[in-house]
Amino acid sequence: MGYTPCRLLLMDNQQSPPHPDTRRQLQMARSMCWHCQSEVTGEYFCDRCVKVQPVSKETDYFTCLGFPRRLLLDPQKLEAKFYELSRTFHPDFYQTKSADEQTISLSNAAVLNTAYRTLRDSIQRAEYLLALETGSVKDIRTSPPADLFEEILDLQDTLEEYRASERDSDQGHRLRATLQTEQEALERRKEGMEAQLRQLFADWDKLQDAGEATSLARVERDRILKEMRDLLSNRTYVNNIVNDLAATIA
Amino acid sequence: MIWQQQSPKQLFPNILIFDMARIVGIDLGTTNSLVAYMKDGQPCVVPDRNGRTMVPSVVALTDNGLIVGDSAKEHLTRNPERTVYSVKRFMGKGLADVQDELVYFPYHVTETGGVIRIRLGQKSYSPPQVSAMILKELKLRAEASLGESITKAVITVPAYFNDSQRQATKDAGLIAGLEVLRIINEPTAASLAYGLQQKTQGTIAVYDFGGGTFDISILKLKDGIFEVLATSGDTHLGGDDLDRVLVDLFIGDIRDRYGIDVSRYPDHMQTVRLEAERAKIRLSDELKTKITIELPEDKGRFTRELTRDQLESLVAGIIERTLAPCRIALKDAGLTPKNIDEVVLVGGSTRMPLVRQRVEALFGKQPHCHLNPDEVVALGAAVQADILSGGTTDMLLLDVTPLSLGIETMGGVMSSLIRRNTTIPASAKEMFTTYVDGQTGVDIHILQGERELVKDNRSLAQFRLKVPPLPAGVPRIEVTFLIDANGILNVTATDMRTAKSQSIEVKPSYGLSDTEVERMIEDSFKFAAEDVTARKLIEARLDAEALIKTTDKSLLEAGHLISEKDADDIRTSLSQLSTAKNGIDSRVIRAHMAELEQTAKHLNVMMLDHSLKKSLQGKKVSEVS
Repeated sequence: MGYTPCRLLLMDNQQSPPHPDTRRQLQMARSMCWHCQSEVTGEYFCDRCVKVQPVSKETDYFTCLGFPRRLLLDPQKLEAKFYELSRTFHPDFYQTKSADEQTISLSNAAVLNTAYRTLRDSIQRAEYLLALETGSVKDIRTSPPADLFEEILDLQDTLEEYRASERDSDQGHRLRATLQTEQEALERRKEGMEAQLRQLFADWDKLQDAGEATSLARVERDRILKEMRDLLSNRTYVNNIVNDLAATIA
Repeated sequence: MIWQQQSPKQLFPNILIFDMARIVGIDLGTTNSLVAYMKDGQPCVVPDRNGRTMVPSVVALTDNGLIVGDSAKEHLTRNPERTVYSVKRFMGKGLADVQDELVYFPYHVTETGGVIRIRLGQKSYSPPQVSAMILKELKLRAEASLGESITKAVITVPAYFNDSQRQATKDAGLIAGLEVLRIINEPTAASLAYGLQQKTQGTIAVYDFGGGTFDISILKLKDGIFEVLATSGDTHLGGDDLDRVLVDLFIGDIRDRYGIDVSRYPDHMQTVRLEAERAKIRLSDELKTKITIELPEDKGRFTRELTRDQLESLVAGIIERTLAPCRIALKDAGLTPKNIDEVVLVGGSTRMPLVRQRVEALFGKQPHCHLNPDEVVALGAAVQADILSGGTTDMLLLDVTPLSLGIETMGGVMSSLIRRNTTIPASAKEMFTTYVDGQTGVDIHILQGERELVKDNRSLAQFRLKVPPLPAGVPRIEVTFLIDANGILNVTATDMRTAKSQSIEVKPSYGLSDTEVERMIEDSFKFAAEDVTARKLIEARLDAEALIKTTDKSLLEAGHLISEKDADDIRTSLSQLSTAKNGIDSRVIRAHMAELEQTAKHLNVMMLDHSLKKSLQGKKVSEVS
């Protein structure tokens, strides 16, 4: 009997964040070289036998790329690090090595590529950090944010009307123009949210740099994370609407 | 797609590979194929004795067996039903995929077990087997030129090739006795050649319009890293399609003028096709050309004139079809034409002036092809081969997967796991469980493509995941999808409760099963052994004949200078060799040749002496010294 698969989790190409304790344990476990069993103190290679070491599956993407958990990262530096690590791990350079090393290089390169893809984009980076810090995957908003509620409802009506109308008629042209104006307005709205996000990113980085463990700092941390979560989910919602709009009137 | 069961033993077999064997780069093209290698830090293409670098990708069955390349091309018109060309269009495909274009091919195409088979005489061959014949020809060519055995290769494929097509290419390599160390994309291979030879830097677009396929790749070249930002294309769009427009035009003309339906004559169809191709090529340099085609049944000869303008208006639509993938690639890379520093042209079809105009109009800059567009892909493959063998260490190619990879979920919808244009190697994990108590299996259907619905995407494979009979939702099976550096998918499954890996029995939707590939490899080696034996015999016979001839001549001229007994011995050896020559064992022939050489040693010395004296006769001492 056939069954269509039941997916347990939609990972969306991201690993769910590991529990902090597990992470520490696994990182400790990997400090022994798989090949010569001596302790590995170097970053990616065993100091003794110079064999490449597997990047632990539990290593977060920031650690993987050698960056602190900050939200404003210099794209040039990120790219340079990605290139450097690609030269370290890419399977092309392991063709003449043992099968074990080839397997490690392949899996390390795959992790590295996912890490870079996630951190390269400031929105994905923030969503990932949020998941790391709060231990939950991003929530996907299905209803419009409160301050946009009326606007979105009106927009849906116009969209329906446009879909039903003759594209080349006067009415079609008029509706199209309205939708275009709406699209531009929403794009400006989205840009506004992104500006607010950048401010939160800066706040986060400042807080982390200060590194204070006061209760005030904890309150600030929770405020940033909460605001970031709300903004990110609202932005995604608006972004989807804009894309829909663009596709409809294209 | 590769399916593996991972156990710790397989993950860590303590075997070191020390191997410094040369790796060649092969461009396995729709129309022509080439082999190249790295020589003193520069890639170079291996030519044949006549200096030709391209091997036509044509295989013909003749009375003397299978032949490949230039000689096979001659059979296109003579023996069309038994001459296979453009086989690349069938790689990794099912019959339904190519139904529409079968009318253009004179050879017989069928399907068995989801794989196309091409009939040649009494036997049927899968597209990978036919491609393997072309690869073997290239292998022999490289071996003859380099004087060493070639067993490892990098083979190029169109960037937009899907998993089945890549796997079919890898199978072809295996059948040809080549270990395929890497499958690389043609436009990115070209960029490697440009990066090495032209020191190109910045953001480049590689527009690759070949005989059967079209690719566009956008790359960032920086500090020796070749990072592909996006790729797109059409694996069924190339010079062949341009030729067909002309073929249809000529057939229509002939029908109107002479009332003959040429499409009913396979040999004449090939004449028309080849003339169409030649006319198209000529019109890249000339503004008008004359077409001449011999008609069937002695109806005389069809002639007409064709201008470049006429050709261009006929093919404009096809060329336009290459522009949509260009726009998609630009969008996926997050770039506009203004961001592109250089546009590079690859593939024979880019020689058409209209193609260049359209590309220039789209990107707003003049495209160029400083390196030969026919050879640049093979050159790049040789560079990649050198990187893999550890020769070149400052260059690294970071390629992407051209198509999204996903699985079928409820309602016949595809759910993506790895998006297109993701840098490879790339991996994704998915956890599966059951929704019925005691369920023992979950059916997984793997898909590749960009569409919402399962039916619009390419089915790669299906397999049943074995699940322990437990209450619904309790089992935890983690399936890992890993796209390796070849762009080929590997799948592993682990039961998270027991941490045990499980084997997956997979039915590939298209393509040969592992057992079938193995059998084909065996066949190919068996025939290879037969081929070698036959060649050795022919060579031994020829050598024996030459030896008999020269010994006869020496006996005639210098026989009086040796003893009667020596002369008799030589005559005996001669007659023995003559008998052995008609046998079928090359070793016996060689043994008798050695014996004759031994007995005739003295005669040969005397003969040399004799001819020396003869040549000196009538010359003064001063002239000799």
